[in-house]
Amino acid sequence: MANTAGRMTLWQMLTATRGKNGKLHWTDWVSYSYLILGVFLMFFPVVWLVLSSFKTEADLQRYPPTFLPYQQITVELPGMDGQFPLFEITGGEHEGKTLAQLRRVGLVAQMVDPSNPDERLRIDIADRQPVQEVRLAVENYTGLFERFNFLRFFFNSTFITVAATLLMLLVNAMAAFALSKYQFRGRTAVLLLVIGTLMIPQTVVLVPLFLIVTEMGMLNSLWGVIIPGAATPTGVFLLRQYMITIPDEILDAARMDKASEWKIFWRIIVPLSAPAIAVLAILAIMWRWNDFLWPLIVLTESENFTLQLALNSFQGELQTEWSSLLAMTVLTLLPIALVFMFLQKYIATGIASTGGK
Amino acid sequence: MANVELKNLKKAYDEAEVIRGIDMQIEHGEFCVFVGPSGCGKSTLLRMISGLEGITSGDIVIGDDVVNAIAAADRGLAMVFQSYALYPHMTVRQNLSFGLENINTPRAEITEKIKQVAAMLQIDQLLERRPKDLSGGQRQRVAIGRAVVREPRVFLFDEPLSNLDAELRVGMRAEISALHKRLGNTMIYVTHDQVEAMTMADKIAVLRLGVLEQFGRPLDLYNEPENLFVAGFIGSPKMNFMTGSIDGADRSLLTLDTGEEIRLPEGRFSHQVGQSVTLGVRPNELQPTDEGVLHMEVASVEQLGSDSYLYGALGDGTRLTVHNPGQTRVGAGDQVRLGADPGTFHLFDTASTLTLRAS
Repeated sequence: MANTAGRMTLWQMLTATRGKNGKLHWTDWVSYSYLILGVFLMFFPVVWLVLSSFKTEADLQRYPPTFLPYQQITVELPGMDGQFPLFEITGGEHEGKTLAQLRRVGLVAQMVDPSNPDERLRIDIADRQPVQEVRLAVENYTGLFERFNFLRFFFNSTFITVAATLLMLLVNAMAAFALSKYQFRGRTAVLLLVIGTLMIPQTVVLVPLFLIVTEMGMLNSLWGVIIPGAATPTGVFLLRQYMITIPDEILDAARMDKASEWKIFWRIIVPLSAPAIAVLAILAIMWRWNDFLWPLIVLTESENFTLQLALNSFQGELQTEWSSLLAMTVLTLLPIALVFMFLQKYIATGIASTGGK
Repeated sequence: MANVELKNLKKAYDEAEVIRGIDMQIEHGEFCVFVGPSGCGKSTLLRMISGLEGITSGDIVIGDDVVNAIAAADRGLAMVFQSYALYPHMTVRQNLSFGLENINTPRAEITEKIKQVAAMLQIDQLLERRPKDLSGGQRQRVAIGRAVVREPRVFLFDEPLSNLDAELRVGMRAEISALHKRLGNTMIYVTHDQVEAMTMADKIAVLRLGVLEQFGRPLDLYNEPENLFVAGFIGSPKMNFMTGSIDGADRSLLTLDTGEEIRLPEGRFSHQVGQSVTLGVRPNELQPTDEGVLHMEVASVEQLGSDSYLYGALGDGTRLTVHNPGQTRVGAGDQVRLGADPGTFHLFDTASTLTLRAS
């Protein structure tokens, strides 16, 4: 291929080979097999999830499972109410015909020919095969809105994620600014303390944290989920490490320009730390959106449930409504996938850029 | 009036004293250059004046006010930094207006001032660009513009030209001098380059290890250095030094360590008989001549066409540099005799390094 580096189209990049003139070098085989295996391993569960979310409850229980969502074709019969499933007859005297089933009694099904609905036929159930077509069970999704308070859960999740992320970015950025750009007695001690909290597992502080939240009357309130996680050692450390690379001379220049420290923070530090802040925002959004344990502890009334808690409540002790569960899972995944799609470029730039001149 | 006065100014980090008591009086409108080798404390001194660095003791007076306790922003100064320190996320226009916005200057006035300064510094084509899209020289102009636009009482420059290439540096040097003439402000300029100091300054302050070695007009420093350090630091190539001692009986006879004898002029120096002294002669005052008393073996020769430099050593290994106008026939390995006009001699006490010039 006569490609000059840097001028490849996406397709050329994806199909680049080491072998020339259409022949494949053995390394091409190895690398492409490996990559395809990787794509399969990563992507197949997601595809399976999305397709399964469009299957009816019956289709989900079917063995062996099918890849695409199938539904039995149904017809209306003149003079009768409702939809009747179609079967293809594979044996007996009516072999080859397509009949609609009225009812089934034991091993015998009572069926009619849709073109001649008055004549009732008795068919052995071993002799029929359901007529199916690929059809999406959209009712899994619409049902979420009709039967469950999906929008309420969605709002709760969104509110917690947005508010907690903003609060976390603000608190962490201010702490990081102080720890990276001010000289004060005990600065190292404070930093070590912050990082030290990383070594304490969340489960250890769960009970004391719960007691504090209860005492402050934030139980069963969204703020009870938001506030305890607002300051994170990871966030402070990540932002501090980035802010250290901002030259002090720029801050000195701003001070000479009569900027207050608060203004320096907003007009200089925050814009220059944007790549690191974006990375932290992505992490925070994903963490908050997917958070389960802490909301489960704080939120007990279903009207305050987040999506994750609602998903959990689908899983009953005796039976699980898989079709709704899967549909909701897909809807829960969508926002986070979108966020990641739009912000992922900052992850690379956040790591690569130094913020200098 | 924006004269700057430093009174017994000191700065110490824990035990380490970096500024050891500096007294200095910079008059209004003067262009004062702090010069010295790296680590001499010149940048620290500038930052102390700016207010970005605290002081340990002493006073800083700007105009009529002691500003020790006044924050950097309120001292009425503007500073140009070595790394330019432009705000990378703002356009040139925003860089220039940031300081004015902070003191609540009306929009129209900001626009007008930026227009004037941009025209003066020839950056009016660059106003909408960001610093990363500018060349080094352009960034430097913007950094200067940012200082000028705020109309400060005193300008502080912290090695502003050290990141530029040689050719650009010469150009910017002239521009900063011209700017000083036009604005008439007091300017304090830090550099390690003595050529920059000589060409731009009204007054030069030579610093070493936190001590003010000498403060005065450039030619005064060149002609009448107070000590060996200033003598060696000011002037390029640097002054030649030869150690020796005054004859025990004849006060005008200097015997170098090589044994060569030199007559000192009468009345110019206040040396004693038998004193250990260092003789200083500038490279351009040494001449190859048949009557010369110094015997130098030439190690290398640089011919620049208009000038030539001879590098060599005396018998005891003392290195000498000789600067001759025009071209020379002398080659490496030659023995030359050197002489100099006694009127150009500098004499220092070897022990105290202070000048022995009679006052």
